[in-house]
Amino acid sequence: MTKMERTKQSRDAWNWLWEWANPVKFMHLTGKALPWVVGLTLVTLIPGLIWGFFFTPEADKFGSSVKIIYVHVPSAMMAINAWAMMLVASLIWLVRRHHVGALAAKAAAPVGVVFTVIALLTGAIWGQPMWGTWWAWDPRLTSFLILFLFYLGYMALWAAIDDPDTAADLTSVLAIVGSVFAVLSRYAVNFWNQGLHQGASLSLDAEENVADVYWQPLVLTLVGIVALFVALVFIRTRTQLRRRRLHALELRERMADA
Amino acid sequence: MIALLVRDLRLAVRAGGGFGLGLAFFLIVTVLVPFAVGPEGETLARIAPGILWVGALLACLLSLDRIFQLDFEDGSLDLLATAPLPMEGAVVVKALAHWLTTGLPLTLAAPVFGILMNMQAPGHWWIFVTLLIGTPALSMIGAFGAALTVGLKRGGLLLSLLVLPLYVPTLIFGAEAATRGGAGMAVTTPILMLAGITAGVVAFLPFAAAAAIRINIR
Amino acid sequence: MPDLGKYAEAVLSAWGISIFLVLALVGLSWRQSVVARRQLEAAEARAAKRGKSDDA
Repeated sequence: MTKMERTKQSRDAWNWLWEWANPVKFMHLTGKALPWVVGLTLVTLIPGLIWGFFFTPEADKFGSSVKIIYVHVPSAMMAINAWAMMLVASLIWLVRRHHVGALAAKAAAPVGVVFTVIALLTGAIWGQPMWGTWWAWDPRLTSFLILFLFYLGYMALWAAIDDPDTAADLTSVLAIVGSVFAVLSRYAVNFWNQGLHQGASLSLDAEENVADVYWQPLVLTLVGIVALFVALVFIRTRTQLRRRRLHALELRERMADA
Repeated sequence: MIALLVRDLRLAVRAGGGFGLGLAFFLIVTVLVPFAVGPEGETLARIAPGILWVGALLACLLSLDRIFQLDFEDGSLDLLATAPLPMEGAVVVKALAHWLTTGLPLTLAAPVFGILMNMQAPGHWWIFVTLLIGTPALSMIGAFGAALTVGLKRGGLLLSLLVLPLYVPTLIFGAEAATRGGAGMAVTTPILMLAGITAGVVAFLPFAAAAAIRINIR
Repeated sequence: MPDLGKYAEAVLSAWGISIFLVLALVGLSWRQSVVARRQLEAAEARAAKRGKSDDA
């Protein structure tokens, strides 16, 4: 056996290890962590929401509508963070070829979409009494709508491609290019609205003038939503990994039968 | 490289479709808009730059799936992958061919169609300039979308869904510059941003598109 | 129940929609997870049985 053959063989052995060790390790670790994450979600999100809903005073200007921020702000935050997490996971897949990365990105997309939709809907519901309109082409609103479209395209691409590795590669490329364009769109939209309206007359900057009474339960819900996101991504990635393994087993069965 | 460009152009002209079809579509969109919003000249003139931009963008979208699809089906994409010309170069050439057969005719036609939209004097010039700067970006982004979906049987609709959000910055700055130019306002910022997007897209997206093609023909 | 005043509709619908969507997402993820786990366990069991009969 020449040296080259030996190194090639050992590299193949490592490939095998990378291929299996990480999903297995991932299943093991997340299996252990999941109850804790779910617990953290329950002890932060639910008290935070109850606090926010029942025990916060009305705001001078906004009345009781201020309570909407407890569902709006956390989901808006996670809508962006979910995309960021998908970008990182995609990069991990492209660079290190860890299947967990690609599958975690796939698992996070529907979660991100739901948060984006919640942010848009609750924003519209808040905007109706406050601004007198369901929708305004405010830069922030518009950016979220565009983000929603990016999520749709990303998920549609996953759904359209049969081969899982090809789908993972192509969606990762899309996630990277899409991120650049999403940031670009954000700036473009800022510029565009300024150009039309000479300075935004409507702003969603609730945080800036939020007093402690509102801020404390909000922090609790923010922590809670992050925990919820992590828990959901764990669960969904585990589902994806199990499906992958199931697919492999079924192929083997079919081969054995043939 | 030139040979590939000439071949692509010849194919596009001979096949007939892409060349005239995009223009005809653009014309029809421009004709339909006044039917929808009414014939008042003032309204039409106000929305003209935006409508022309959207029309050009949609017309550009029509022929995107042709950029790689035929080559993928008859196997010449595999040949290109093994050719001495790097895939990035091939992507640029194909995007350029798409621009020459779609973007450029649209750019030339837009000022003329502007007359239908009751566009006023400096407006024609600015719609021409902004489309001239912006359409290469549309072709290149479209080539990237086409590269992502090249292996799919029915990728057309998916291609639109993927590409249209990517068109947003180009559309915003392009239409804004055209509107401002037509109204006699300062256009430097949006024009610079538009040019910047086009330059960035042409410089970086060929790598992403080539990567996508390599994945698809693997 | 706090008095929500004139914004009652807005607050309640916003909260309702949000909680509904999140619960739907959690429920769906959970269901998919259970189904995948059950199917995988069945397939593993089949594979184990097959492996044994091959040995015999």
